[in-house]
Amino acid sequence: MSYIVSIGKYVGMMTQVFSKPERFKVYYRRTISEIETIGINSAGIVAILSVFMGAVIALQTASNMDSPLLPKYTIGYITRSSTILEFSPTIISLILAGKVGSNIASEIGTMKVTEQIDALEIMGVNSLSFLVLPKIIAAVFFFPFLIICSMGLSIMGGYYSVTAAGLASHEEFVYGVRAFFKTSDIVYALVKTCVFAFIIVSVSSYFGYYTKGGALDVGKSSTQAVVWSSIVILLANFILTQLILM
Amino acid sequence: MIEVKNINKSFGENHVLNDFSAQFEAGKVNLIIGQSGQGKSVLAKCIVGLMEVDTGSVLYDDRDFSKMNRKERKEIRTEIGMLFQGSALFDSMTVEENIMFPLKMFTKMSKKEMLARANTCLDRVNLTGQNKLLPAECSGGMQKRVAIARAISMNPKYLFCDEPNSGLDPSTSILIDNLIQEITYEYNMTTVVITHDMNSVIEIGDQIVFIHTGRNWWEGTKEEIIKTDNQEIIDFVYASKFMKTLKGKLA
Repeated sequence: MSYIVSIGKYVGMMTQVFSKPERFKVYYRRTISEIETIGINSAGIVAILSVFMGAVIALQTASNMDSPLLPKYTIGYITRSSTILEFSPTIISLILAGKVGSNIASEIGTMKVTEQIDALEIMGVNSLSFLVLPKIIAAVFFFPFLIICSMGLSIMGGYYSVTAAGLASHEEFVYGVRAFFKTSDIVYALVKTCVFAFIIVSVSSYFGYYTKGGALDVGKSSTQAVVWSSIVILLANFILTQLILM
Repeated sequence: MIEVKNINKSFGENHVLNDFSAQFEAGKVNLIIGQSGQGKSVLAKCIVGLMEVDTGSVLYDDRDFSKMNRKERKEIRTEIGMLFQGSALFDSMTVEENIMFPLKMFTKMSKKEMLARANTCLDRVNLTGQNKLLPAECSGGMQKRVAIARAISMNPKYLFCDEPNSGLDPSTSILIDNLIQEITYEYNMTTVVITHDMNSVIEIGDQIVFIHTGRNWWEGTKEEIIKTDNQEIIDFVYASKFMKTLKGKLA
């Protein structure tokens, strides 16, 4: 029963988030600022993770290719496919759910318990729209760029790891990366990314906004935000894969 | 003037406000006093619309706030200033940005005009030149004064102060009390102060409402509250040894 109530509250919250902003100029500036906070500031961790993720995918693929009948370019092909279809959009989004989601939940949660949200409401500001909408726009707009960078870095990580280890040549890996390429895979990955970006921000904002109590409760909300964002991302991933790829 | 008519508010089985009625006049500092847990903060939140009343009405100069839709409420809220217990300043903004925030959201002032208004408000609360400080760099008393400056930036008709002296030393408390009183008279605002600080009652209370068990238990002036024989008020006012001794000496 409480889950149904929570879903109802979430839907109610989202209708307020997407109501008409009081001042477009202020919202625009907040969106730019959020792009920096939740987008650009996540670039470093995304880059490091992507490089090592690609390297490990390539090495594991190479180490599992026992049959001499399998061409070496398969390493590049599998690295590219698994990176584009799954690892970059989903795994990086799960990482971002941890970094960005906890940040959003604790920021909004702290504002809630220190009455800053009440102060916004008293002034006549739609606090949900003011706080959450710029974050949603920033994430949905910027996360696809992060994921495209992640794809590139991941394939690059795979390339350097296998070529340095002598498991495949430059030509073999590059041929594999380019083989059987479908543009629709990128579209699928970016659609997933936008959906995940929306989930991360909205679910985390929900837990932050409905925080009650003090500092301890802000911490709890932050944890719940990460857990539930991750669960909803995995669920959405399953549904989107069924809908788009099958 | 703010008029509260027969409001009731319950949380499950807990009836916090029971048929509460009161009038808060313009140009006066109206105090709501009472022990902890008697419904003071809930009453304030119901009046400003942060909580919905179960029954009853809240009238701002005969405009029924409790029956208004979100858009209509928004208009009234631009006429309200509120000083929160914990100041509720926006952490990420400087003092100046905090004061300019409502102006940015609801007026078409140029940046120069907003800055001038922010400086006027800062001068009024004796914080001239502290524009660029962050709330975390301000003392408790300074934060309250910045919050007052933010609350008056839009020239409000109504000012609410929720425990403005909490966490402040006695001399700073008096400073804040006097500031609230001065701006109330200066701008002819309807000021409602929630407090359980007897110093505030004696310093600035023009009209006092004593809330007990969610009811308007007693109303009067600061002179009358000292002389009342109402037992609940006596228990509240003379709870400390100091006040008991003072009462004995006065007697």
